[in-house]
Amino acid sequence: MRETSLVIKGGRVIDATGARPADVVIDGGRIAAVGPDLSADRVLDAGGCVVAPGLVDLHAHLRQPGLEEAETVETGSRAAALGGFTAVVAMPNTTPAVDSAAVVREVQELGRTALCQVAPAGTITVGRAGTQLAPLAEMAELGVRLFTDDGRGVQDTRLMRRAMEYTTGLPQQVVLAQHCEDEGLAAGGHMHEGEWSSRLGIAGQPAEAEELMVMRDISLARLTGARIHLQHLSTGGSVAMVRAARADRVAVTAEVTPHHLTLTAERCASYDPVFKVNPPLRTDADVAALRAGLADGTVDAIATDHAPHTAEAKEQPFDQAPPGMLGLETALVLALECSGLPLEAVLAHLSWQPAAIAGLAPEHGGPVAEGGAAHLCVIDPEAGWVVDPGASASRSRNSPFAGRPVTGKVRHTVLAGEPVVVDGEAQR
Amino acid sequence: MAPLRHLLSIEDLGGAAGIEEVLRLTDSFVEVSERAIPRVPALRGKTVASLFYEDSTRTRLSFEAAAKRLSADTMSFSVSSSSVKKGESLRDTALTIEAMGVDAIVVRHSSSGAPQRVASWVGASVVNAGDGWHEHPTQALLDLYTIRQRLGGLDGRHIAVVGDVKHSRVARSDVLAFTALGATVTLVAPGTLLPPDLTGWPVETSHDLDAVLPNVDVVYLLRMQRERMTEALVPSLREYTARFGLTVRRAGRLADGAIVMHPGPMNRGVEIAPEVADLPASTIVDQVRNGVAVRMAVLYLLLGAGTDRVPTTDALALDPEEPLRRPAEVDA
Repeated sequence: MRETSLVIKGGRVIDATGARPADVVIDGGRIAAVGPDLSADRVLDAGGCVVAPGLVDLHAHLRQPGLEEAETVETGSRAAALGGFTAVVAMPNTTPAVDSAAVVREVQELGRTALCQVAPAGTITVGRAGTQLAPLAEMAELGVRLFTDDGRGVQDTRLMRRAMEYTTGLPQQVVLAQHCEDEGLAAGGHMHEGEWSSRLGIAGQPAEAEELMVMRDISLARLTGARIHLQHLSTGGSVAMVRAARADRVAVTAEVTPHHLTLTAERCASYDPVFKVNPPLRTDADVAALRAGLADGTVDAIATDHAPHTAEAKEQPFDQAPPGMLGLETALVLALECSGLPLEAVLAHLSWQPAAIAGLAPEHGGPVAEGGAAHLCVIDPEAGWVVDPGASASRSRNSPFAGRPVTGKVRHTVLAGEPVVVDGEAQR
Repeated sequence: MAPLRHLLSIEDLGGAAGIEEVLRLTDSFVEVSERAIPRVPALRGKTVASLFYEDSTRTRLSFEAAAKRLSADTMSFSVSSSSVKKGESLRDTALTIEAMGVDAIVVRHSSSGAPQRVASWVGASVVNAGDGWHEHPTQALLDLYTIRQRLGGLDGRHIAVVGDVKHSRVARSDVLAFTALGATVTLVAPGTLLPPDLTGWPVETSHDLDAVLPNVDVVYLLRMQRERMTEALVPSLREYTARFGLTVRRAGRLADGAIVMHPGPMNRGVEIAPEVADLPASTIVDQVRNGVAVRMAVLYLLLGAGTDRVPTTDALALDPEEPLRRPAEVDA
């Protein structure tokens, strides 16, 4: 059966090259034409909307294999598509962990029928145990471009140095991504250590637990010349160190999450573990520093750290519940609302910049131009809605933004020419 | 004071006026406790369940005695004998207990905030009987009551809270309660045992117990847990005692009339010398005794007060609907 051609009509195209009003015709999974007054077999209305390269998430937990009751590749990718994402980097802290070619293939296979491209990240160490390097080259041959023990940082400084030295010698351009946390200093901490942890009687982890590892990894990247990416930075001190390192030409990139741009430790006063996340929600000063880091280019990407957990898991007391929050369906709108950046800059942080870090460019995040891959999202910047975790496509409901009125909505998402989301509804 | 739905924190009492109301009610229940048959029908037909995830003989017994003296029915769930050990979530356990028809749930849990979570799920009133490092409001109320008994009042008094403040729910509730009634509080501890950030705490801090002792009306000693040594918080109990224990020598530095308090259970010879615990200045037995009356007042406020919050003498003496029952029947 011949695929029908598709035109996204009446929108304003925004990509890394700039903004202009244009219709976009898609045929055979690629962009066939961009210009005024185009037509095709099927029309997707984009009046009043922005047409952009699909969003790319550097940091999503799709939970499969191993924790299918919280999320699957299918449900997580549906949530991603509804959030405007056409590609997500799937974190490897599954059961088993993505630390071998076999598990990489399994996740890639699951991703074939997903509603967005699923790029599995591999672990840095076997079983995320932090003692032995995982087969990085073997996984890179299968297409893995980002390695992380996410959920844990690699604690052994010498081992981390070896990982950096080893990956600089691979034929593929890969990146080591670190969950920055000194486990000795953070041990037992369930929220940010400070005024609120003291008042609430919850063991805290200090900002320094993150910053010590940021400092260490910047030092190691300088020593080895490796390319590193620092995940979900949450403190002003971390941003300052990355800013200085980049001025010093260290090959370091960084991401922040929507929740660290919007929420602070005070929210834990309800003792509702929906506000428990790692790294923890910090202070107003940290939020301001993260926003400043986005504005001046120190921080490259906004990543969701989408971390689904079952209701049962979050119905435990705060210190017993697992950390993590949903993020895929709310990332764009929260970034628009809270980053302080114009839409063009938000898209840079959610599309082409993370695509480059993940090794997914230019297929993802590339310019909306003839011949380009048809991974696109259409955003209505004016549409208002209220966040309702009950309506989420995720299998889980642990959004800290329940009931929050927001402005800006993903209207359509197109994956390789297929409209997977139309007028805010997933098509499969 | 607005009607009290739960008692999760001293702050739920809404400041000095609400706290004073509990203390006034406690006066009535102290009187009841001194009767030959210390029982009134105030909560007849009500059911009070205790849900204890942590061993606590004295607090549990104190609440059960309080409920029984108010003629409430009591039920008791403990972690070792129930399904919570089988992986049931806190919410499921709370809903199961509520489904049995209870009016109040008294919750003790090793996790800070567990009673708050239970309160968010159930219709019954929830009383915090101690949660993690967070709060133990009825302990603070009985401490207040005891200080008032001994010293006449809190206003202008200086209280030293000594020891492991960081991990102490008693300290958090006491600081709120003592300062609400006008006392000055000094926390005395090594840096490792103070909360990491005291922003918003209306307290002074000191690392020198000897310097503080002559200036206080109350020295409140916190229990020193043995496991704090393995966490490198103090080098040894011996060194802790040398710096922060209330030894006989140190007790001699106290001003005349100053009192010594402890929430129990005591580590004699660690935070308090055995001889000091038995001095007339020590209030430890009074605290336990007052605990029952304070908890009667709290349960009565939550379940029995209705619109008329201060019980009349009649209400405490006899059930108005059965004014002629004999004591033997009341006690059945």
